[in-house]
Amino acid sequence: MTYNYPDSSGHFGPYGGIYVAETLMGALEELNQAYEKYRHDPEFIAELNYDLKHFVGRPSPIYHAKRWSQHLGGAQIYLKREDLNHTGAHKVNNTVGQALLAKRMGKKRVIAETGAGQHGVATATVAARYGMECVVYMGSEDIQRQSPNVFRMKLLGATVVPVESGSKTLKDALNEAMRDWVTNIENTFYIIGTVAGPHPYPMMVRDFNAIVSKEAVVQMPELAGRQPDAVIACVGGGSNAMGVFYHYIDMPGVKLIGVEAGGRGIASGEHAAPLTTNSPVGVLHGNKTYLMQDENGQIIETHSISAGLDYPGVGPEHSWLKDSGRAEYVAIDDDEALRAFHDLCHFEGIIPALESSHALAHAMKIAPTMDKDKVLLVNLSGRGDKDINTVARLSGITL
Amino acid sequence: MSRIQTTFDKLKQQKRKALIPFFTAGDHDPALTVPLLHALVEAGADIIELGVPFSDPMADGPTIQRASERALKHHVGLHHVLDMVAEFRRSNSSTPIVLMGYGNPIEAMGWETFAQRCAEAGVDGVLTVDFPPEESHETFAHLTKYGIDPIFLLAPTSTDARIARVAKQARGYVYYVSLKGVTGAGHLDLAAIEQKIPQLRKHIQLPIGIGFGIRDAATALSVAKLCDGVVVGSRIVQEIENSTEQNVVANVSKLVKELRLAVDQA
Repeated sequence: MTYNYPDSSGHFGPYGGIYVAETLMGALEELNQAYEKYRHDPEFIAELNYDLKHFVGRPSPIYHAKRWSQHLGGAQIYLKREDLNHTGAHKVNNTVGQALLAKRMGKKRVIAETGAGQHGVATATVAARYGMECVVYMGSEDIQRQSPNVFRMKLLGATVVPVESGSKTLKDALNEAMRDWVTNIENTFYIIGTVAGPHPYPMMVRDFNAIVSKEAVVQMPELAGRQPDAVIACVGGGSNAMGVFYHYIDMPGVKLIGVEAGGRGIASGEHAAPLTTNSPVGVLHGNKTYLMQDENGQIIETHSISAGLDYPGVGPEHSWLKDSGRAEYVAIDDDEALRAFHDLCHFEGIIPALESSHALAHAMKIAPTMDKDKVLLVNLSGRGDKDINTVARLSGITL
Repeated sequence: MSRIQTTFDKLKQQKRKALIPFFTAGDHDPALTVPLLHALVEAGADIIELGVPFSDPMADGPTIQRASERALKHHVGLHHVLDMVAEFRRSNSSTPIVLMGYGNPIEAMGWETFAQRCAEAGVDGVLTVDFPPEESHETFAHLTKYGIDPIFLLAPTSTDARIARVAKQARGYVYYVSLKGVTGAGHLDLAAIEQKIPQLRKHIQLPIGIGFGIRDAATALSVAKLCDGVVVGSRIVQEIENSTEQNVVANVSKLVKELRLAVDQA
C-alpha cells in the first residue's frame, strides 16, 4: 500500500498521538514493542488466522440484498456480513488479536470498556477461550439499555462493573478502564474496542479489523464482478469503518462514506456526530481528534439511539481521512436508522444492529439516486438481537 | 528568578521541605476558591497546585473526580480559574501557583492565549496530566516564552530514558507519582519510593515533589524525608467535601497546619 499512516510516533497528520499520564507511558511502550514484534511473526499470524477461521467463522460472506435493492430502485446494495461472526459483530476480530498478544506478553487479566456491550461480549468471549480473568466497565445507562449483553458477559465469566460517573456511558467506561489499567499495570492488558485511545491502539485495532476489507476486495469481484462504487460504514469510535475502509484507501475509484449518529437531528444538538458537524479538535482518551465539547473544552454528553455510537470523539484516523478528503462523513438520525432497521428485517430477513442500521440508512438514502448498475458495499457490522428491547420499547411494545 | 525557584531556594537554606497542597478550583463553590488559597498560605503552604476542573479526569480517583463535578455544576472553566489566580495575586505576590489539569480545556482556549493569560494572572507553573513530553513541544514553547514553568510527572514505571527526557524539559520542579494508580489511592509503598529516588536524582537537578496517596501527617513526614516537597491532594479535597461553606476554610486550615508541622520535622 502507498497509504502509510500513522507515523512512528502514532500520528495521523495532526491527529492521534499519545496523550496519557506518565503512569501509562511505560505500559504503552511495552505494548508497542510487543505489537511490533508479533504483528509480522509467522507463528502469531498462524494462530490468529486459525482462530479467525475456526472460532470466529471467517471469512464472513458478502450478501447481495437483491429484494431491498430492487425495492429501493437504484444501486445494488451488498452487505459484508460481520453480523455472522461468532458473538455477532466485527468486534471479535480485534479481541482475538489483542488477547493473543496479551497471552504472549504474559498478562493473565484483561479489561475492557463497552458501550453497546458488543465489545464487552467479544472480550469476555476471548477471555474464556484463552483462560484469562476478565473485567468489563460499562456505563450504568448502557447497562439498562443493553441488558441481554450484560447477562451474556456474566455467562462467559466476566465481571461487569457499572460506571456511575459523568454521563454513565461509553466515554465514562473508558475513563474507568484507564484507571483500572494504571492501577494493575503489571498483570493487566487493556483491550480497547475501537480505533481510539493512545498509540498504538488506533493502528492496532484497525489492523485487526482490516481483515474485513482484505476479504472484501477479493469477494466483491467474485460476486459483483467488480469493486464497489462506495463503501459505507457506521462510525462511533470507528473500528468497523476503519476495518472495511482500510484496503480500499488506495483505490481512488471507491468512495468511502462514514455514517455518524445524528441522534435527534443535528439541529437539536443531541447527536454523536463530531465529524459531520465539524466539532473543534481536542484531546480525549489519549488522542487528538474531532471532539464534541463546550466552549470551555469540557466534553459534552452525546445522544444516539444506539449505545455503540454514543461517543463524543472519533478515532483519529477518521479525522485524518476527513481532512485529507479521502473519506466523507454524514449523519443519520435515530428515526432514519430505525426505518432502515425495519426495512432490512422485512426485505432481507436480517435483523441488523442499530449501529449498522445507520450505515444501511445512508445506503437507503443514496441508492435510489444512483443507476441500477452501481454498487454499494455496506458493512453490516453487527446483528440486532441485542437491540430488540430498545426497538420494542420505541414501538410501544412490552416484551 | 521564578517564584517557584525562589521558594525552593529559600526552603533549602532553611533546610525545610515544601508543602504543596492541591484542591480543585470552584469546589464546592467558586466564591470559596480565593479565600481557600489565602488560608492555605496562612496555614503553611509553600506552593499551591490549583486543579482546573475537567469533565473526564482519567488519572484521578473518585475524590478528585467528584470535586471536578461539583465545580462544573457551577460552570467553572479555565478562564474563571485564571481570574481567581489574578484575584489571589492582588494580595499575595510570593506564593507560587501551579495549575494542574488536563489538556483539552487549554486546547480549547489555545496555548498561546493560555500562556499569555497565565503570565498576566500570575500563574507560575502548569502541569498538564495527559500531555507527556512526547506531545509537549508546542505547549512547552508557548509556556516558556511567557516564563511559565512546565511541570512534568514521573512514575514508578518511568525508565531511565524517560527520566532523562523529562529532566531536559522540566522547569520548576518534577512531580513524582508515588504509586501505580490514580490520585487518592491507598497503597503507598515507602520502600519502593526510597528505591526509585536515586534513579531520579541521577538525571534531575530540579527539586522533586512527591504526591498521590499521601493521606496523613505521618505519611507526609516519611515522604518529606525522601524528597524536596510533598503534594497532598485527595485528602484536602476530602476535607472540602466533608465541610460546610461555613467551616470549610477552618477545617482545611487545621489539616494543612498538621501537615506543615509534620513536614517540618523532616
